[in-house]
Amino acid sequence: MSEFNISQRETKDVNVLEIKGYLDAHTAPKLEDAFQGLLKSSKYKIVVNCKDLSYISSAGLGVFMAFVEDVRKNKGDIKLSNMSPKVFNIFDLLGFPLLYDILADESEAINRFLDSKPIIPGNAKK
Amino acid sequence: MKERSIQIESKTEELIAVRDFVSHAAQEFGFSDEDVSKIALAVDEACTNVIKHAYSYDATKNLKISIRGAKNSFEVTIHDNGRIFDPNGVKRPDMKEYLSHFRKGGLGVYLMKSLMDKVEYNIRPGSPNQVKLTKYLPSQN
Repeated sequence: MSEFNISQRETKDVNVLEIKGYLDAHTAPKLEDAFQGLLKSSKYKIVVNCKDLSYISSAGLGVFMAFVEDVRKNKGDIKLSNMSPKVFNIFDLLGFPLLYDILADESEAINRFLDSKPIIPGNAKK
Repeated sequence: MKERSIQIESKTEELIAVRDFVSHAAQEFGFSDEDVSKIALAVDEACTNVIKHAYSYDATKNLKISIRGAKNSFEVTIHDNGRIFDPNGVKRPDMKEYLSHFRKGGLGVYLMKSLMDKVEYNIRPGSPNQVKLTKYLPSQN
């Protein structure tokens, strides 16, 4: 079994990346490739579903940092959903909820795009 | 707890083995699951720094990770013979400022310092570099 997997699907014009397993310096390039692929095809509305993400280190967090600026320049966003409390704590420790929309549920994250509200970071789940 | 150590090649594939090794020892020492995860992450960050910065991904090099437990103190030391990197010179960033500039590097040192009670670097020319991460077991009363 591979230690990190990504599956990708498109729902209502929003691209969902489901990430699974351990995201560290070894596996982060896989996520980088996935983001690069989306940007290349001009897909900028991205939800990352972290339901099955067991672990994240700074190398994984760095991938989100690396792409969010480009995505937002193109009127899109990277929203995160379904995080376990353990993974959320790491994002929280670094202050990511100030910068990213982190939603409890994937459908909520998709609806944020459909509502076409302006991006207001800081709507972190508690 | 008896002192123990492992040696790994300088490649990121090995990080999973390091986390398993450290988690197992931390659990045995009596840490909660939450603290075990914090220690494993901090050690992952320290090893990633060595693989990336001290050894520039040169897989012919090695790192040694040793663990020592004494009273309530759990110490993990990472030894390498790579380029000297002194993160003591890296100031704790203002995260709000940091994030607003979308910077992607340097989060590891910040995490290590946040997750552990003590992070010490021992850098002496001619000797292996060492970074020692310490976490104290919370008192039981």
